[in-house]
Amino acid sequence: MTIHGGIGQSLQRKEDARFIRGKGNYVDDIQLAGMLYLDFTRSPYAHAKITAIRSEKALKVPGVLAVITGKDLDAAKLAWMPTLMSDTQMVLPIDTVKFQGQEVAGVVAENRYAAADGAAAVEIDYEPLPVVTDPVKALQPDSPLVRPEKPKKSNHIWHWEVGDKAGTDALLAKSDVVVHQDFYIPRINVSSIETCGCVASFDPMGRLTMYMTTQAPHAIRTVFALVSGLPEQSIRVISPDIGGGFGGKVPVYPGYVVAIVAALKTGHPVKWVETRTNNLMSSSFARDYHISADIGVTKDGKLTGLKVKTIADHGYADAAANPSKFPAGLFHIITGSYPFEKAFVEVDGVYTNKPPGGIAYRCSFRVTEAAYSIERLVDEVAHKIGMDPAELRLKNFIPPEAFPYHSALGWTYDSGNYGGALKLAMQMVDYPALRREQAEKRKKGEFMGIGISSFTEIVGAGPAHTFDILGLKMFESCEIRIHPTGKVMARFGTKNQGQGHETTYAQILATELGIPAENISIEEGDTDTAPYGLGTYASRSTPTAGAAAVVAARKIRDKAQKIAAHLLEVSPEDLEWKDYKFQVKGVPEKSKTMADVAFAAYTNPAPGVEAGLEAVDYYDPPNMTYPFGSYICVVDIDKGTGAIHIRRFVAVDDCGTVINPMIVEGQIHGGLTMGLAPAMYEQITYDEGGNIRGSSFLDYLVPTSVETPHWETGRTVTPSPHHPIGAKGVGESATVGAPAAIVNAIVDALSPLGVTNIDIPVYPWKVWQILHDKGQT
Amino acid sequence: MTEVIPPEFEYHAPGSVDEAIGLLQNSGEAKVLAGGQSLLPLMKLRLAAPKTLVDITRIPKLSYVNETTDCLCLGATTKINDLNDSALIRNRYPLLADAAQHIADPLVRNMGTVGGNVCHGDPGNDLPACMLAYGASYVVRGPKGNRTIPAQGFYQDTFVTSLDPSEILVEVQVPKAQPGDGGAYLKMERKVSDFAIAAVAVQLRTDSRGTVNQAGIALTNVGPTVLLASQAAGQLTTKKPTNADILAAGKLAAEAAQPNSDLRGPAEFKRGVVQTLTQRAVKLALWRAGGMS
Amino acid sequence: MASTAIPRLTSPLPIRGATHKIHVTINDVPFDFMVEDRTLLVHFLRDALGMTGTHIGCDTTHCGACTVLLDDVPVKSCTVLAVQADGRKVRTVEGLESGGKLHPVQEGFTTEHGLHCGYCTPGMMMTSVALLAKNPNPTEEEIRRAISGNLCRCTGYVNIVKAIQHAAKASGGGK
Repeated sequence: MTIHGGIGQSLQRKEDARFIRGKGNYVDDIQLAGMLYLDFTRSPYAHAKITAIRSEKALKVPGVLAVITGKDLDAAKLAWMPTLMSDTQMVLPIDTVKFQGQEVAGVVAENRYAAADGAAAVEIDYEPLPVVTDPVKALQPDSPLVRPEKPKKSNHIWHWEVGDKAGTDALLAKSDVVVHQDFYIPRINVSSIETCGCVASFDPMGRLTMYMTTQAPHAIRTVFALVSGLPEQSIRVISPDIGGGFGGKVPVYPGYVVAIVAALKTGHPVKWVETRTNNLMSSSFARDYHISADIGVTKDGKLTGLKVKTIADHGYADAAANPSKFPAGLFHIITGSYPFEKAFVEVDGVYTNKPPGGIAYRCSFRVTEAAYSIERLVDEVAHKIGMDPAELRLKNFIPPEAFPYHSALGWTYDSGNYGGALKLAMQMVDYPALRREQAEKRKKGEFMGIGISSFTEIVGAGPAHTFDILGLKMFESCEIRIHPTGKVMARFGTKNQGQGHETTYAQILATELGIPAENISIEEGDTDTAPYGLGTYASRSTPTAGAAAVVAARKIRDKAQKIAAHLLEVSPEDLEWKDYKFQVKGVPEKSKTMADVAFAAYTNPAPGVEAGLEAVDYYDPPNMTYPFGSYICVVDIDKGTGAIHIRRFVAVDDCGTVINPMIVEGQIHGGLTMGLAPAMYEQITYDEGGNIRGSSFLDYLVPTSVETPHWETGRTVTPSPHHPIGAKGVGESATVGAPAAIVNAIVDALSPLGVTNIDIPVYPWKVWQILHDKGQT
Repeated sequence: MTEVIPPEFEYHAPGSVDEAIGLLQNSGEAKVLAGGQSLLPLMKLRLAAPKTLVDITRIPKLSYVNETTDCLCLGATTKINDLNDSALIRNRYPLLADAAQHIADPLVRNMGTVGGNVCHGDPGNDLPACMLAYGASYVVRGPKGNRTIPAQGFYQDTFVTSLDPSEILVEVQVPKAQPGDGGAYLKMERKVSDFAIAAVAVQLRTDSRGTVNQAGIALTNVGPTVLLASQAAGQLTTKKPTNADILAAGKLAAEAAQPNSDLRGPAEFKRGVVQTLTQRAVKLALWRAGGMS
Repeated sequence: MASTAIPRLTSPLPIRGATHKIHVTINDVPFDFMVEDRTLLVHFLRDALGMTGTHIGCDTTHCGACTVLLDDVPVKSCTVLAVQADGRKVRTVEGLESGGKLHPVQEGFTTEHGLHCGYCTPGMMMTSVALLAKNPNPTEEEIRRAISGNLCRCTGYVNIVKAIQHAAKASGGGK
């Protein structure tokens, strides 16, 4: 017995109906009567004192109505705002700019053309100040200070550590082999194809409606209330259709705040939509981790201890979006799929003259940095001790019977079968045949490489005892209303950005309520209607809101059972929920559907039972979920140019129970592509003067369909024991797992030349340089 | 900085080349608008701010691909994708066919024009190297009438050509393909739509015995302008090139390159790419010249 | 900060500088409109006509979110002036469905899960429509080449390729 659109079916997506007709409703599609446009004049300097801002010419541009500067904001105590990480960042600068591209003056005009002309006409005088863009240099005593206004008088922001330092040192000292490796994980930008933007609008009663590109509308409403002093019920945040988030739409950017101020100042709705160049210069950066690691192993290939020291470059403010207790996110998942006896991780946050941030990039908080490091290290260990990297992994994996597994750095992994995933991937790709082919090719002087990544993720933040953002516990919510005709409206505190929530949540509810998915509508993103939630990022929607849906549905079933008993004139205990109906035990022909019950709930309520059929659940997950997978990448290298061709890429993922196989596979394809991107294409760098390199899609290399391989996928299913339907979350797994597989393959190809590491992105010139230096070109 | 809306300008769409020339002469800071795929992005980023745009794409009879008795004639406003759609180009001008498939991306090629690509003067444009390798000529018209400029010598510096501000390129003339001709364009790019890390155009004319009588080799995006690698070409002529000749030609082409180190890679790497691509392009061109046997 | 209610004009696009009257046929409907010469076609569609299915994703002619058909040929409407469309036909995503029937490309995208966030989708579909008109039987390689001017950040392209193959089959072609 199945229900149409229930769990496990590749249901066509409900939300597609509007998107394929061009009827999506994104922020820039919103037109309000009398709406104005906001644009910014930005700093050409990475660090400079502002000596004058002259608005006269801008105000003479036809259509320009106002220019807003930091001094204007300061008068309203809004020149600075808190970040999510107990730091502060500027909305607009009062006297100093801290990075190139920083917003300096907001220009409000009748249309976007006049706003752009006005922004070009604002005249600003600067006195350049010394710049530091390298966090290692920033920690030296003679470095220019990025935040001299802070009492600490240092570019060092915080130190964070976890694990057993002395124990790890001792263990490494007695390990047969210790491999040391430094990794730089460059600064990248999520580059959702829709940039960030908003429309701020006040009604005559002073109530603010804020349409904005946000992944977390409820939390944003609270932040706005706290910062502005507006009563929270006078703020309505609406997150309409979102053109990709990937973490970049979690923070509050200056444009949002200035748009609100501009709407207040002008008495008109104000739209701000950043350009791509603006986005690459000032928003949404991720990573920028300088990692130094030591990993120990016995001579027969048993991993022992892991020690990691990291410098986290946050730009001029720590504007990361991490749970409060974890300034380096969940980086301490770095022990990965292996049972290290001891481990120690320390991270230091540092200021530089770069844009603020430290958000995720389609990954849970700092999990890619961790998975990349451990999966590269394990490969390096294998090469060092002369063991096949697959064999080393299979020998070391945490075994299935060890779950729930307590890691050396304090996590409790819920479930896993790492060997199962790797063996399936090896079978799909015919691993032994590839190794034979590689041996033949090596004899002919050809460079072919095979790379494995057997990653473990940590997603679904998270349990209230440990996880909060600005004190808001990271629960998630679902509210279900079943209408008299048996049709369902369910609302969530999360926010879809392409993951397919409108479909997968309906599928969960279809199975739990026995109502076909087409009769279930899902709404998110309007703080006036949806229950409070922390939003969608870190692959948390299915682990948290998906669970809330199940629990809320089961609350409805409890009540419905009483109504069904009333209708069937039996006692509730005589009924069982079977085949998506309430049936009298042993008399299956005596039954009532949920639709029958719903009608009765409004027309024929049971004695002593409240009318209506609604429930809400605020779900506090008991633990994180730990999706995992094994990826195998095969590359061929062109000796003449250093070009890298990905011949095959096989991805076996295990995200527990699969709700919609089609959507899960689609998420993996996309995640893999965002794993490929930083491995081989994307990075943002700065020169010594703090000038950004890579501030448009000309130099910020988002892969096209031609660079992207034809991904092959496979699946194992190891349900989460603590999630009500065993689901774990999947949107980000592939982004986390893919980079190491690709780089391991490239390094494997070049390993006969003694190569042990190449920093990402691995461009052809880096490969060519190695080949050239070794006389291979 | 970083606006993405062009500043104000006046747009004109003249009906004839002479009318266009008049507009160029009589308007201050005027620019020819053809496909606009290079010019409009520069204007949106406010890196260019002409006061007048003269759209030549509405001038009749400027868009064509014709073969006459002695040349392949390409009208200035012929779209790049018109080359890709042309069986004549695919069958008889493989060097052009190769290049046209790798200019920018498929959508840009629907607007971008042959004239714009050869006149823009960006060393990263792909067609100029082809034109140097072919020994093509440009017919330009100005206030004093037509003149024909060889592609060789046309590119003087980055964004500087021998076209006068009041002149308009009207036609590109490529020597007519003969039996025994073979060409190839190999481009290495960071990703689709990028300018080349380096690209090499090779055009060879062989006789029935396989002797190379004429050779043209030119290099894209490894110098201030497109570069002719004459010595590399010289290594191949008046003989049936051996593998050693091809290797030597690659080295000579690499020596002719004048690359800078930048985001596309260090100069040494780019020379290495020129060397490799030259060798491969010569082999491909020879294969094509020999009837692909 | 008190509201000062600054008076304003209501034109969504400027018509203060040099202007042209243009005649454009959009999805078979003729329009006459006065535009400033510098008006980009994408802004004309979105801000002047309220046809917001055509999106903007970059500033530099790279992403293809703004792709429309200009005289049946796909172009990036952020890099075409509205005046360049004068006297020509424009087709946008809003013009794909006809008589309540989805275009095979639209069917293909939803059937094969060729979209996630939907932002690149209109541009991607317009390129696909043009590809199939020209080549009813494209190979995967030809499809990947044809859509390489349209960036998608969500899907990893595999299902977009399948969507186009699905549409090719539905239209009688397909390999």
